[in-house]
This record gives sequence, structure tokens and C-alpha cells, in this order.
Amino acid sequence: MAEAVKHEQTLPSHPEKATLEGKNKFLGFWFFLGGETVLFASLFGTYLGLRNGVADGPTSQDLFHLDLVFIMTMILLTSSLTSVFAMINMKKGNFKGLIIWMWATVFLGACFLGFEIYEFIVYVDYGLGFTTSAFASSFYTLVGTHGGHVLFGILWISTLLIRYRKAGITLTNAPKFYVASLYWHFIDVVWVFIFTVVYLMGV
Amino acid sequence: MSNAQAQKSVLWDWLTTVDHKKIGIMYLVAGGFFFALGGLEAILMRIQLMFPNFDFVTAQTFNELLTMHGTTMIFLAAMPLLFGFMNYIVPLQIGARDVAFPFLNSLGFWLFLFGGVLLNLSWFLGGAPDAGWTAYVPLSSEYSGTGIDYYVLGLQISGLGTLIAGINFLVTIINMRAPGMSMMRMPLFTWSSFVASALILFAFPALTVGLLLLMLERLFGATYFAVDVGGNVVIWQHLFWIFGHPEVYILILPAFGIFSEVLSTFSKKRLFGYSAMVFATLIIGFLGFMVWAHHMFTVGIGPVANAIFAVATMAIAVPTGIKIFNWLFTMWGGRIQFTTANLFAIAFIPSFVMGGVTGIMLATSAANYQFHDTYFVVAHFHYVIIGGVVFGLFSGAFYWWPRMFGYKLNETLGKWFFWLFLFGFHLTFFVQHFIGLMGMPRRVASYLPGQGIDELNFVSTMGAFLMSVAFILLVVNVIVSVKNKSEADPWDGRTLEWAIPTPTPEYNFAQTPLVRELDALWYEKTHGNGKIKAAEPLDDIHMPNGSILPIFMSLGLFLASFGLIYQVHPVTIIGLAITLGAMFIRSIKEDHGYHIHKEDIKKEEGVG
Amino acid sequence: MDPHVTDPSAPLKGKPSKKAERQLAREGKQQIISFVFMIFLTSIAFLTVASDTIPNRFAIPFILIIAAVQVIMQLYYFMHLNERGNGWTNIMLWTGFFVAALTVATLMLLIGVTKY
Ligand code: HEM
Ligand SMILES: [Cu+2]
Repeated sequence: MAEAVKHEQTLPSHPEKATLEGKNKFLGFWFFLGGETVLFASLFGTYLGLRNGVADGPTSQDLFHLDLVFIMTMILLTSSLTSVFAMINMKKGNFKGLIIWMWATVFLGACFLGFEIYEFIVYVDYGLGFTTSAFASSFYTLVGTHGGHVLFGILWISTLLIRYRKAGITLTNAPKFYVASLYWHFIDVVWVFIFTVVYLMGV
Repeated sequence: MSNAQAQKSVLWDWLTTVDHKKIGIMYLVAGGFFFALGGLEAILMRIQLMFPNFDFVTAQTFNELLTMHGTTMIFLAAMPLLFGFMNYIVPLQIGARDVAFPFLNSLGFWLFLFGGVLLNLSWFLGGAPDAGWTAYVPLSSEYSGTGIDYYVLGLQISGLGTLIAGINFLVTIINMRAPGMSMMRMPLFTWSSFVASALILFAFPALTVGLLLLMLERLFGATYFAVDVGGNVVIWQHLFWIFGHPEVYILILPAFGIFSEVLSTFSKKRLFGYSAMVFATLIIGFLGFMVWAHHMFTVGIGPVANAIFAVATMAIAVPTGIKIFNWLFTMWGGRIQFTTANLFAIAFIPSFVMGGVTGIMLATSAANYQFHDTYFVVAHFHYVIIGGVVFGLFSGAFYWWPRMFGYKLNETLGKWFFWLFLFGFHLTFFVQHFIGLMGMPRRVASYLPGQGIDELNFVSTMGAFLMSVAFILLVVNVIVSVKNKSEADPWDGRTLEWAIPTPTPEYNFAQTPLVRELDALWYEKTHGNGKIKAAEPLDDIHMPNGSILPIFMSLGLFLASFGLIYQVHPVTIIGLAITLGAMFIRSIKEDHGYHIHKEDIKKEEGVG
Repeated sequence: MDPHVTDPSAPLKGKPSKKAERQLAREGKQQIISFVFMIFLTSIAFLTVASDTIPNRFAIPFILIIAAVQVIMQLYYFMHLNERGNGWTNIMLWTGFFVAALTVATLMLLIGVTKY
């Protein structure tokens, strides 16, 4: 086995795609997002097909409040920007900046998730249980799957940040941070459709 | 003592391997096992239907056999067997040393295996699923036992494995091609694997969601399909078929690829109309996504919608026809060798065309009201799946066996096998067209005498016995041929997988090959010195390390499934924790693999 | 010991070239502009609905278009799909969108409630 020779390596302009592994990861992850598109489309379609099936339960008009959704949207949009800043810092070779902006992203993600949990609790109190109606089930499934993605993203990025807190930018971790940030943007993309299709079209 | 040590390390080696060749072989072995199991289920059904009013098995058992036969054959036999070939052969055909994600490759295999085992454990734990392989709601959501929970979770786990495998092949084919191997120089098997993988990527998420919804409905009281509280049962059918129709093309396209390789090799000619073949494959893949509602003509989505899906379905016959003619023209004027592999390829053409013709008949939405859910449909899809996919698997097995296992299957036995199977297949399914047209519905456990279908059903069962005998001959062949050592290039091959020594070295190519033309090896045989040129000097080769983590990730999900099915949530949590823990370890432990040294390669290649 | 083996876990040293630096600065500016624009579009969408004066027949297509524009900006500016060498990612993503659109449309329309 080749001993690790610690010799200086200079920063390539795309550290995330500088190795074959990095290139593979990049491409594979994008393809995965292509698949996720269909996954969320199936959930959106189910929701849209069932959103009038409220049975005796509350309707979306009874429940949705735009102010909360607006705040959540702004938080998630901003978290997208912070992760963009993180990537710019990575390409600049500024490891500190990368770490700080990534933590900011995680923080904003956690705030978003907190609001979402609060929102669900309010709805349940109002009488919209998971099993109340087809509308309820499909709403919680769609928005909950998105929330699950946010949670996974938070855990994933935190793991990376802790694992590499002192490592500097390397050819191994640059692709990892990069695909994590792609994942985060994708979460935002899905949210854009959720706030439009579920909330704005539901009030 | 030292022997036991070695034994243990062989086992450990296979459990932890990330080598695409070993994973390919494991797919073949596991897929072969499930194929035999699915075959057994089929025979039991055919015995039950041999005579009217027969009671060989109960109606409940019949439903379970029916469901498990379909599910096993599609998800656990046909697809894994194709993955076996794709894993072993595609990297060799593009001149790569491995796949893009060796670790994920192994994860995909173990997920498939654990999912398959989970599904089959249902036989012993309260009864197998009994709602058909399509598991239509509300039958599956409200009127079925725990079997359906095994179906939902087993398929969810193995489906995850399939999705991973699909992404892996896509990236492998895009990023790992040897210098000179442009997309339009790729062998057709690689091309069709590529398109099939893209179909996997976009079709499986719909199944994932469908299964998720069904699981939440059954285990957590969700109400998507409960009409009394606003649910809708057609949604399941859409989700299933948005996945389901592309799935049939996921199966047939790689088989098309195999036939293209085999026909051109054994006609000693370049594939006729290569670029038309590639183009047709792409079109079929694309159209494959726009036709799924032809399974739902009788549901009542409306006449205009039915008409659109009918026309889209019929359109697929055009690129398929292009392929049929190209295969015929490949053979035209060639020096055809009637090896077993080629016999299957040649027999495929008329058999598959018959399935295509009944497909077009079924696609006529008005006429479909008559055919739907009768044995006519059973005849149709067995003609395309056996006459297409299974023939492809057998053809590929005889063709690539020397490459994968180092020995040639016996040709005499092989030809016996072929003729028996071909005859048995047509005997079984040809008559089913008429059984269906006379009105026998599919998925029934018995029928009354005196309707003119008694004899035909008997004949059909006889055909099934013939196919079983043929399959036993194949198993015998695999065993008795072991001594039949093969040289590296037994068929005078055309593509890169025949350019390397046998047994295939761990690193595949000592030096990355330089590809100069379509049919790279044939080009060097006719224009060069018969040896592939190297694109790089001999050097150390980087290899990935094996890992046991994929098994743990799969095992965790397997355990969690039991927790979900029996609602013992501590078990669910432990299971998920094992999976997430293994993912966590994988994420924080950097593993940069190892190198095989130049000197060792020289020794192995016999040049040093 | 092979000297050509680079160590994949060694920190990368140095700064990007002047040209790359300028490129990054330009990118950063573009991204901030897109961000502001996205905030603007989001607010418009919320206002359209909140104002209650705009009829649904107009509002719904309008906010859907806004959503599409936002998503394109995310994909092309934030996720760099506009960079060279992204042919395959574009192909696969748009195929995904195509399948997604078909899926949503059928699940909305063709579930036997209204017959088309
Ligand atoms: C020209 C090509 C084809 C056409 C036009 C076609 C058309 C159809 C139609 C309309 C049905 C629905 C019948 C009904 O339930 O009423 C059907 C069923 C089916 N087809 Fe095909 N098909 C074609 C090729 C294939 C291929 C290549 C495969 C597999 C490799 C396949 C596998 C199946 C299966 C498994 C079913 C039955 C599904 C079930 O209900 O369990 N078909 N086909
Ligand atoms: Cu179909």
C-alpha cells in the first residue's frame, strides 16, 4: 500500500470535480436528483388528486396561514444562499468560510424544521390528524417527506462539518461538501413548488 | 487448520467484495435461485389448472402462488439475472477496471437479496401476499393479510437496491469509458443497459412512492385509497403502472442488447444498422414512459385519454420493428453458426414478434375491453417476457459463460435444452391465447368443465412440464460441463470483453485499452495484429477496498421491516439505527483503496 | 513508493488564479442578484394570493410561472447547471421533469373523477 506522502497540493479551480471519484459523485448525485424529481412528482400528484377529499375534516382554507409559510420560505431561500457562499469559499480555498457558511445553512435548516413541526402541531390541534381524510394523509405525506429531506440534510451536513472540522479542503471532502450543497438546493427547489402548489393554491 | 482459515477468508471475501465481477456472479446465483423458485410456483399453479374443478391447492394458496410467481420472476429473477450480466460485462465492454461506485454496487446487491429474502419469508410467517403482483387497492389495502406488508417492504428494500444499481451503471458508462470508446462505439449491450438504467432512474421512484403510500395506509391508518374519507383507488394503479410499464422495458432492452451481440458474433458480421439500433433503443425508452395507461383502459379514465394512450402504445411498434429488421439483416448473408446462444437469439425473433402483435391487439382500447384480464393477456406477456427476456438470459448465459466461469457449457446438452424449452414454451402459451378468447379470466384458481377449455388447459400444463424438464437439463449442463475449460476468446468475439485473459484478472485490463473502432477487438483482428492497443504504459493499478458495511446497511432495513410489520417499534428503531450507523461509518471513514504493483501484474499477465 | 500518488486527504494549498478569482467574484455577484430577484418573485407570488383581489383564473397560472422561473434560477445559477460540461446532468434532469410533469398531470386529471 502506498504510504500517504504529505506533499503540498495546489487548489484546482473545481476541487469537487478534480478526481475521477469526485466526477463520479457529482454526476451520480445529479442523476439521483433527477430520480427524486419523479419521487416528489408522485407525491405532488397524489396530493393534487386528493386535496378535495376532506371528508368531515378541516379543509386547506380552514388551516393555512400565509404569514407562517412566508417566513419559512424566506428562511429556506436564505439557507440556499448561505450554502452558495460556502461553495464560493471552497473554490477560493477559504476553508474557514466554507465551514462557517455551511453551519449557517444547517442553522437555518433547523429553524425551518422547527417551524414545520410547530405548524403540524397546530394543524393536529385543529383537528387535522394524519388519518382524518385523504387530504390530510396526502398533505402530511408530501410536506412530511420534504421535511424528512431537510432533517436528513441537517444530519448529513453536520456530520461532514464535524468530521472535517480541522481537515482543510481536500480532494476527498470537496466533492462531499459539494453534493451536500446540491442536495440542499434541491430541497429548496421542492419547497418552491410546495409553497406555490400546496399553500398558495390552497388558501 | 490453515485450510479452515483459507475457507473462512474465501467466504469473507465474497461477503465484502466490491469487485463488479464477483457481484455479477452473486446476482446470477441469487437470481438463478429465485428463478427456480418462481418456476416451482408456476408449475404448482399449472397442476392446479390441469383439470377443471381440480383441488390440488386451495384457492387461497393459488392466489399466493400467483402473486409470488409474478413478483419473484420480475423483481427477483429477471432483473437480477440481467444485472448479473450488466455487472460483469458492461465494465469489460467499455474497457474499465471497475464500476463508478464499487461500494454502492455491493450495497445494491445486498439490498436486493435481503429484500427478496424478506418477501419470501412471508410464506412461513402468516402467508404470502395474495393480491397479484400488481397489488391493486382496495384488495391489497383492506382485504389482505400480513403477506402484503412483506410485499411492500420487501419490494421497497430491493427496489432501493435497483435504483442504486441504475445510477451506478449510468455513471459508469458515462465516466469510465476507455480512451476512444465514444458513445457511438459502445457495444449494443452497453447501450441498452444504459437506457434501461435511465428507465430505472425515472421509473422506480414512482414505485417507491406507491409502496410508501400502501405501507402508510396499511400500517399507520393513512387514507389515500379509502374512498369513504375522500380517497381514490385509481391513484395506486397510476403509480404502479408509471413504474410498471417502463419496468417491462427495463427487462427487455438489455435482452435486446444481448441478442444484438450474439447475432452479430455468430453471423460473423457487424451489426446491421448500428446507429438505427441505438436510436431505436432511445426511442423505445422514451415512449416507454408515455403508455402506461394501456393497463388501465377499462378503469374509466375516459375515451379521449384511452385513445391517446392507445396511439402512443402502438407507436412503440415502430422502433421495435426497426430492431427486428436490423437483426434479420444482420443475419442476412452472414456465416451463421447455430450455437445454443445463437439458437435462442434466432428463436427469439418470431416468438417476440408474436408477443408484439398481441400487444398491438391489446393496445386497441376498444377491443381491450374484451381481452382485458383474460388469459389472452397472460399469453401476451409471457410471449414477450419468456420469448424476449428469458430467451435473452439463456442466450447470454451460453454466450458469456466462458468469460464469467472459465468453462464452456456443453453444446449438445444445450441444444436439447433449447429445443425442449422452445417447444414447451409455445405449447404452454400459444393455447392460452384461445383460452383467453374463449373467456377464461386470468387469476382464477379453477374453472368449470364443459366450456371447451379443458383440453387446452391440459395441453398448457404439459408444456409447462416440458419447460421444467428443459430447465433441469440446464442445471445438469452447468454441473457436468465444469471440466470443459475454455480459452479466452472461444467464439472469435468482436468486443473488448474477449480481449482479456481467462480467468478475468481482478483488475480486468492490465493496461487501459485504446479503442479505434466499433467492435474494437474485431477491428484489431482484421486491421491490426489481433491485440488491443494500450492507451497507457504498464503501471500500478488502484483498487477499491472491500467492505462489510453494505450487508449491515441491508440487514438494518431488513430488521426494521419486521418492526414495522408487527408494529414493535423498538425493533424498527434498532434496525434503522444499524443502517444509519453503517452509513455514518462509511461517511466518516475515508477509504482510499490500495494499489496492485506493476511487478505483480507482470507476473500475472505472464510477461515479466 | 510511487511519487505520482497524490494524497487525497492532504489539505489543498494556495489561492485560485487571478482569472479564477475574477470568475468567482462575478459568479458571486450573479448569485446575489438572483437571490434578491428570487425574494422579489416570492413576495409577488404571496402578494398575488394574499391580496384576494386577483381572480384565481389569473393568479394560479401566474404563481406557477413564477415558481418555474425561481426553480430555473436555482438550478442554473445556484446549482451551476449553466456551466460547461453539464450536458448529461441537463439531459437527465429535464427527462426527470418531463416524467414528473406527466405524472402530476395524470394523477390530477385521470383518476376517474372527471372522464376525459
Ligand atoms: C409492441 C409492444 C407492446 C405492446 C403494444 C404492449 C401492450 C400491452 C397492453 C395493452 C397490455 C395490457 C393488457 C391488459 O391488461 O388488458 C399489456 C400487458 C402486459 N405487457 Fe405488454 N406490450 C408490449 C410489449 C411488452 C413487453 C416488451 C413486455 C415485457 C418484456 C410486456 C409485458 C407486459 C406485461 C407483464 C403485461 C401484463 C401486466 C399485468 O396486467 O399483470 N409487454 N401489454
Ligand atoms: Cu405496458
